[in-house]
Amino acid sequence: MSVLLDRNTPVIVQGITGRIGSFHTKEMREYGTNVVGGVTPGKGGAMEQGVPVFNTVKEAVEKTGATASIVFVPPPFAADSIMEAADAGIRLCVAITDGIPSQDMIQVKRYMRRYRAENRMTLVGPNCAGVISPGRALLGIMPGHIYQPGNVGIVGRSGTLGYEAAAQMKELGIGVSTSVGIGGDPINGSSFRDILELFEKDPETHAVVMIGEIGGPQEAEAAEFVREHMSKPVIAYVAGLSAPKGRKMGHAGAIISAFGESASEKVEILREVGVTISATPAEIGSTVAAVLKKAA
Amino acid sequence: MDIHEYQAKEILAGYGVPVPRGGLAYSPEQAAYRAREIGGHKWVVKAQVHTGGRGKAGGVKLCSNEHEVYDAADEMFGKRLVTHQTGPEGKIIYRVYVEGAVNILKEIYLGFVLDRKTERVMVVASAAGGMEIEEIAADKPDSIIRTVVEPAVGMQAFQAREIAFGLGIAPEHVQKAVSLIMGCYKALESLDASMVEINPLVITDDGVIALDAKMTFDDNALFRHPSVAELRDKSQEDSRETRAADRGLSYVGLTGQIGCIVNGAGLAMATMDMIKLAGGEPANFLDIGGGATPDRVAKAFRLVLSDDNVQAILVNIFAGINRCDWVAEGIVQALEKNPVHVPLVVRLAGTHVEEGRRILARSGLPIIRANTLAEAADRAVQAWKNDVNLKQPKAVA
Repeated sequence: MSVLLDRNTPVIVQGITGRIGSFHTKEMREYGTNVVGGVTPGKGGAMEQGVPVFNTVKEAVEKTGATASIVFVPPPFAADSIMEAADAGIRLCVAITDGIPSQDMIQVKRYMRRYRAENRMTLVGPNCAGVISPGRALLGIMPGHIYQPGNVGIVGRSGTLGYEAAAQMKELGIGVSTSVGIGGDPINGSSFRDILELFEKDPETHAVVMIGEIGGPQEAEAAEFVREHMSKPVIAYVAGLSAPKGRKMGHAGAIISAFGESASEKVEILREVGVTISATPAEIGSTVAAVLKKAA
Repeated sequence: MDIHEYQAKEILAGYGVPVPRGGLAYSPEQAAYRAREIGGHKWVVKAQVHTGGRGKAGGVKLCSNEHEVYDAADEMFGKRLVTHQTGPEGKIIYRVYVEGAVNILKEIYLGFVLDRKTERVMVVASAAGGMEIEEIAADKPDSIIRTVVEPAVGMQAFQAREIAFGLGIAPEHVQKAVSLIMGCYKALESLDASMVEINPLVITDDGVIALDAKMTFDDNALFRHPSVAELRDKSQEDSRETRAADRGLSYVGLTGQIGCIVNGAGLAMATMDMIKLAGGEPANFLDIGGGATPDRVAKAFRLVLSDDNVQAILVNIFAGINRCDWVAEGIVQALEKNPVHVPLVVRLAGTHVEEGRRILARSGLPIIRANTLAEAADRAVQAWKNDVNLKQPKAVA
């Protein structure tokens, strides 16, 4: 088992006829993802990458039975597309789009509260690399070949730094159950805590690697969850040790603006609850190996 | 994006926020003229630079006649104002704002920010105004009132009332404070501001007034507010960061010697961390984005080398959807066109990595290759140290 998706999950691509949407549809299909259709308003009835295009998510869900979607819609319209997915009964939505205004995300989060928790769509992202369950399915933009199937979950904000971790692990023969990119924006759908909760429940995940960065309260919230509820070992690296205060480091959310948001403070908070810290980004793989060895 | 105080006040005044009478000046003569225009007996001349802490740095002067206004402005123009927020290089003063002075009975802090914990707009207020919010949080944490705005309905009058009474504002001024608070929220919401700060908000004999105002806007929402986007003042930004942003690269200038070119924000931060751990200091943060095309790589080299402090460069690319062989070709092309005269370490990883490394090796260019992140940082720091030693005149034994 893996978290969030498996090889049978029927997926639609929102923004499938755009250059990026079309390219990644092809990549995801080649990886084995069950892509059943796409949505581009006004292009309904066409075919793209061998799957039918619909005008609305509702129609796509009715005709294909899709339960997951991935959003490549440009930033001005992306929030609308996410809410459309939530309303159409999509269970898992991965938003790749980078550059969605914060107020639009506030609206999205508010809109999603219309649904009872058990009916509420799980949103991953925006501004993320997506979700991959190695050997099963890819709902994202990561290069599938760097992930080896296995039993370690990965959750992180950054795309390429997540690849780095997966590659280091593969080098040591350590595989991944699922890797989830939660994205670099200040307001996102799923938090570190949300994904840790899924990994804790997943019998195939034996340990979790968490890749944090400067800015925001989510690493501290995750630490609280680890202390209260996590039985599996957690390994963490927090990027931005050398980042100055008050400067935005690429990601819209990577800015130290309050107490406890620097890399060293986050490391301390995580260490206190028993998380094993990878002191450098070059030691993520070896730290995981050491933790797995100790647990075995 | 930040804007100037006078621009923020003009915007907020449009939402019913009372502000002192004032006028902008580009010369001392104009400043004196503005004072005459405003009238009264006391004026404040305020440097318009994108930073807090202007008062302590000499960027705010109280004046009692037109000559003093002239002199204060004359002294400010062209000066680099150095505050605790600007760094040692400071920010150049090109504009001053002249305002009629206000009789202050009480100073209040009022801020509106995006709270990442509740994922909503939060109003932060304190009766201990005049200080910065960090100081208030440290010295008088109990004085801080926090109110979260429900996004579906926006700020409600009762919330503003609670804040006003909580701040100890006299009943006769509460209604004025409420409309000021509501006006600030409305401006934030309508214009996609990520921050509005009135510090201080002052109580006078006749009511409440925003004595200072600061607004920051969500860069991602500027596309729908062209009139706000126009207020951008490039003279207040780091010129390298401006150039990078105009070329679609994400750059932050730092003070070290090792220039970094990386794809992805997280990996870029991690690369900087590795340089520091290896005993060096990064000169910059630079994320060239997913597709490291020859064009982007060339732009990145030019940008990093425009920093005179750079004594070595580390390129770290994890090719995902793009491929290492393409990236390697891009690096070779960029270097053939613009040779780099400092040690250059390149680390490629990911898709088609073997081919990428072969291309770098075959090029015959003086590239120091590294296979892992740790190796790359070590080699960059070593190369920088060796290069600096070579260039230094040898002491006579």
